[in-house]
Amino acid sequence: MKSFLNRVFRSKGFSSFIASLVSIVVGLLVGLIVLLFFDSAHAMNGFRHIVTAGLSDPGKLAKVFYQAAPLIMTGLSVGFAFKTGLFNIGATGQYTIGAFCGLFCALQFHSPWYVALLAAMLGGAIWGAIPGLCKAFFNVNEVITSIMFNWIGLFLVNLIFSNMPELLAVGNRTIAIGSESMIPKLGLDKLFGSPYMNASIIIAVVFAVVSWIILTKTTFGYELRACGFNRNASVYAGINAKRSIILSMVIAGAFAGIGGGIYYLNGTAQYTLEKSLLSMGFNGIPVALLASSHPLGTIFGALFVSYIQVGGEAMQPEFVKEIIDIIIAIIIYLAAFSLLTKEIIAKIVKGKRRNAVELSAPAEPSAAPAQTTNDNGGVEK
Amino acid sequence: MSEYVIEMLNITKEFPGIKANDDITLQLRQGEIHALLGENGAGKSTLMSVLFGLYQPDKGIIKKDGKEVKINNPNDANALHIGMVHQHFKLVEVFSVLDNIILGVEPGKLGFLQKQEARKSVIELSERYGLKVDPDARIEDISVGMQQRVEILKMLYRDNDILIFDEPTAVLTPQEIDELMDIMRGFKNEGKSILFITHKLNEIMAVADRCTVLRKGKCIATVDIKSTNKQELSRMMVGRDISFTVDKKESSPGDVVLNVEGLTVASKVHKNNAVKNVSFNVRKGEIVCLAGIEGNGQTEFVMALTGLEKPVKGRIALNGHDITHAPIRKRSQLGMSHIPEDRHKYGLVLDFTLEENFVLQRYWDKQFQNGGFINKKAVRDYSEKLIEQYDVRSGQGPLTIARSMSGGNQQKAIVAREIDKDPDLLVAVQPTRGLDVGAIEYIHRQIVAHRDEGKAVLLVSLELDEVMNVSDRILVMYEGEIVGEFDPQKTNVQELGLFMAGAARKTPSATDESEANNA
Repeated sequence: MKSFLNRVFRSKGFSSFIASLVSIVVGLLVGLIVLLFFDSAHAMNGFRHIVTAGLSDPGKLAKVFYQAAPLIMTGLSVGFAFKTGLFNIGATGQYTIGAFCGLFCALQFHSPWYVALLAAMLGGAIWGAIPGLCKAFFNVNEVITSIMFNWIGLFLVNLIFSNMPELLAVGNRTIAIGSESMIPKLGLDKLFGSPYMNASIIIAVVFAVVSWIILTKTTFGYELRACGFNRNASVYAGINAKRSIILSMVIAGAFAGIGGGIYYLNGTAQYTLEKSLLSMGFNGIPVALLASSHPLGTIFGALFVSYIQVGGEAMQPEFVKEIIDIIIAIIIYLAAFSLLTKEIIAKIVKGKRRNAVELSAPAEPSAAPAQTTNDNGGVEK
Repeated sequence: MSEYVIEMLNITKEFPGIKANDDITLQLRQGEIHALLGENGAGKSTLMSVLFGLYQPDKGIIKKDGKEVKINNPNDANALHIGMVHQHFKLVEVFSVLDNIILGVEPGKLGFLQKQEARKSVIELSERYGLKVDPDARIEDISVGMQQRVEILKMLYRDNDILIFDEPTAVLTPQEIDELMDIMRGFKNEGKSILFITHKLNEIMAVADRCTVLRKGKCIATVDIKSTNKQELSRMMVGRDISFTVDKKESSPGDVVLNVEGLTVASKVHKNNAVKNVSFNVRKGEIVCLAGIEGNGQTEFVMALTGLEKPVKGRIALNGHDITHAPIRKRSQLGMSHIPEDRHKYGLVLDFTLEENFVLQRYWDKQFQNGGFINKKAVRDYSEKLIEQYDVRSGQGPLTIARSMSGGNQQKAIVAREIDKDPDLLVAVQPTRGLDVGAIEYIHRQIVAHRDEGKAVLLVSLELDEVMNVSDRILVMYEGEIVGEFDPQKTNVQELGLFMAGAARKTPSATDESEANNA
């Protein structure tokens, strides 16, 4: 039993988990300090909301799941690319294109939900493939390409929607989708008593598991990881590195695209023509970091970020939206420091060991041949 | 004044799970070259780190000139005039030689650098010891051998008189090694004391006065070089007898396995071709060695042969198949194995586990996968077999992260993987670089055994001992061309050296030939 616990405590997964936990606590504490700074009278109450609102009633919990589902997908997108040595900062663009493709199928063709979701996946995959192709064949850094394609994607979608006024309602929002295109609720909405609840969280968890299986169990995942860790060695082993890079970005894009699909095919959200990139895609980055890019960890990372966001909403009206966003940003920002925290923890552990050595060091002169060994033994006692 | 300048008495240093130094005593006399000999992982580096102040010993004391001293960090060591040339140099690549030498002890007035004085003394030191270093050259522009001399000058400039050399010859060419030996003798004549860490016995016999042998963290003995020999030293180091000549039968070459014709490969560093019109055969049951001084086109040749780079011209055939432009996987399937020169860059995925690395070339094989899913059990069984058969030592067996393994065992793992593929052609590049005699003996035996099974081996090596001992036929490469072919029975190191240095050649040069063709 003891050796089992020992193994658990020393395992890499456990130290990552502890590091994430410590980061989250530190993030929450700093968030509290900032809250006190803004409005000390309401700070404690607001903080209580952040920490507890998500679990306060089934409706709020439904909202946590509802927002977590697309976050899991964008987190998987970023994490999958990370695992293969690529930084997919284009998740938000792929998410936007995915959302558009899903919505377009639903609004224009009234297609069933799975067709719309498939379209979302394809859209995201294509948007991910472009930076992948540029990286593989022209060695253009994927970060630059995908940032540009975030904006190209956003304005392309805006442009198409604004040229199709029949799909738009007042306030530059898309019209509601038909029930045939909505992701099935499976009775979950009744269980939670909230229209936000549907099967999307289940879909996201399934994809997380699929991602984990691809990466750890298949020869394909083996190739991707080899290529991510050491491109030279993977080429030496006869792996087609170009293919690995492209496919990795295609899959990452597909994940983000599905994220966009499941969010807007819920029936509760409408796409709004905006001039800023959708945060859901960017939030995939801290989610992936919180999870150290582990696909299953991504589920919990996304739930945490979503939980904090729902808690933030509950802080209204005592706090204005901007302050809430700052607090949320601070908490997520510090929580994403889990890698740094991991190093600090490692240093503290090491430092303790070194201290132990240094403590024994002063006893050393007595070990000198000039003195008797008995003296040495006495010191040690 | 004590007989010894440095005494390390009963040093013990423990790390979690391992006693790196166990009650080691090392005494360095004034003006001697004292070798510290041991296998990889015997505790040499730990002991020197203790002396240099990087580690504190758990037990034991250090004396300088008979007085006990405490060395808490490298600055303390410096103050005691102890200097060290590390195995991996600590130089600023974009700085000049002079800037690197004065780094940390910059002479200045009111915050302005005063380099003239320093320059003079560096030139003077360089001339006095025959180092021939240009103080204005930039580090990135000079050879590895020269960089090492900059490290040596750094010690001299700081008035160090106890000089530690940590495996200084590992990165040098045979000529550079000879020159370094002369430099070390020069220091000795000037009264400086030298600690020389190595696992190369020839060098110890050539230059050292005394030698302390470590094995598994324990001090085995300190012996006078005059009264010992290589055999005895290696027995003390490894704990058993080592044979320096590789036992092998006469080779009986069969059919041609590898045929290279007129291969030309472009250079990445200059505009000329790195490999010029190279042609030769390797037959079944023979070990052909490509010898030469580093940087004469061997690396580029192997790159083109194994498919990592494209040749400009020429033809490569393996077992009769034209593989000049074949992808790497195809070459592997046709029976080529490759022990790469740079094991960290090409040979291993350092963040993979040992078992994942074992199947790096074969994970797609039916044996290890099932419908695209890796057969974990097959991989594990195979890894355990290789670990046992090739004696690859690691902390957690198949699950050890390759990065955490010692260099020798990483190399053994690669050799195991590549030979176990049972290739028709084994391309082994510097397979024993940086390994101790025990591991070298082992790998040589594996290569010869592979030949005896009737397979072909192309060995690329910079070590003349290895070239002479292992190969059945020697091709010397100089400036991208093959300048001579030798039978190791009928040649000697001196003759090879002449050809390697370009002072002699047996075959017409490529340019002559092409001119003849044009005419």
